[in-house]
Amino acid sequence: MTLLVNGSWSFPYTRTIYQGPLKVVCSPGLNCYSCPAATTYCPIGSIQQLMAGIRIALENGQNFFGLYVIGTMGVLGGVFGRLICGWACPFGLIQELLHKIPSRKFRIPQKLNYIKYGLLLFFVFLLPLAVVDDFGYGQLWFCKYVCPAGTLEAGIPMLLLQPSLAQTIGIVFFNKLTILIGFIIWSILASRPFCRTTCPLGAFYSFFKSLKLIKLRYIEENCTHCEACHTVCPMGVRFNESPEDAECISCLKCMDKACKFNAITLEIAGLPIGGRSITRVVAPTE
Amino acid sequence: MKTEGKNLKRIRIAPFITILIFLGLGMVGIMAGEVRRVLEQAVQVCLSCIGIG
Repeated sequence: MTLLVNGSWSFPYTRTIYQGPLKVVCSPGLNCYSCPAATTYCPIGSIQQLMAGIRIALENGQNFFGLYVIGTMGVLGGVFGRLICGWACPFGLIQELLHKIPSRKFRIPQKLNYIKYGLLLFFVFLLPLAVVDDFGYGQLWFCKYVCPAGTLEAGIPMLLLQPSLAQTIGIVFFNKLTILIGFIIWSILASRPFCRTTCPLGAFYSFFKSLKLIKLRYIEENCTHCEACHTVCPMGVRFNESPEDAECISCLKCMDKACKFNAITLEIAGLPIGGRSITRVVAPTE
Repeated sequence: MKTEGKNLKRIRIAPFITILIFLGLGMVGIMAGEVRRVLEQAVQVCLSCIGIG
């Protein structure tokens, strides 16, 4: 999936980004559309662009409220929810790979998980909408001041492709570079810190935790409370205690690698699919 | 076992309603011409967005 949304490899020759019609397609994961290889648009970037330009659009008689982008994000959320974070996000993949680097590992305090909801509300919607310049145009607060994926996928590659841009970099770039380096180090030490604490797209998809079509189901009758699912979860979810946890990215590690008692299964719209049989397993008694 | 099987195979309607609602929102956006606006933005390098310029 990462390669599908980054399928334009002509940038070493063109020295710019892909500009074809596929850019009307929404990237399911966080994937900067200013990335030279990106063939899709980033929903978080696009929604900020639409919020930032809403006044000017309305003045010009264009009713652009971001409904196309929100609708697309909602359909993706309704079908997959945060399964996208686990299987289709390039920045999630990078964090997973970084975490494989041997080092001492640390847990992420659960309270930090709430930061991403604030970023979604303020940095993606309210600030681009409310803080505008003299011309009535807002800024892309999350992209400009926070997003480390944009720095890694677009900022650094564009500097390499167009070295003349180096003359224009300033404090904003170094701020974003510091955030990126911070997340790289944090990803080595802890599992998926950006997904858990900062990603506004993950925050949006987490609203679909109960409504999504494809989800993991907990079969309480089969659970022995051995807590094997706790140890493998990259998002720190205790599945048997919170089967509809907003942090669950349906990576299936708990189902495939941990649970030996068929207490976790995958379902589509309530119908169990694939994996192991869902027949009841009698837990061993002492 | 009969009851368990019944519970495990109950189709959930909520995801379909959710998807339909957002599909409707997306259609309104398409009819308003947002697709073109999204494309116009996405084919340009947003330097300020990526911290350059």
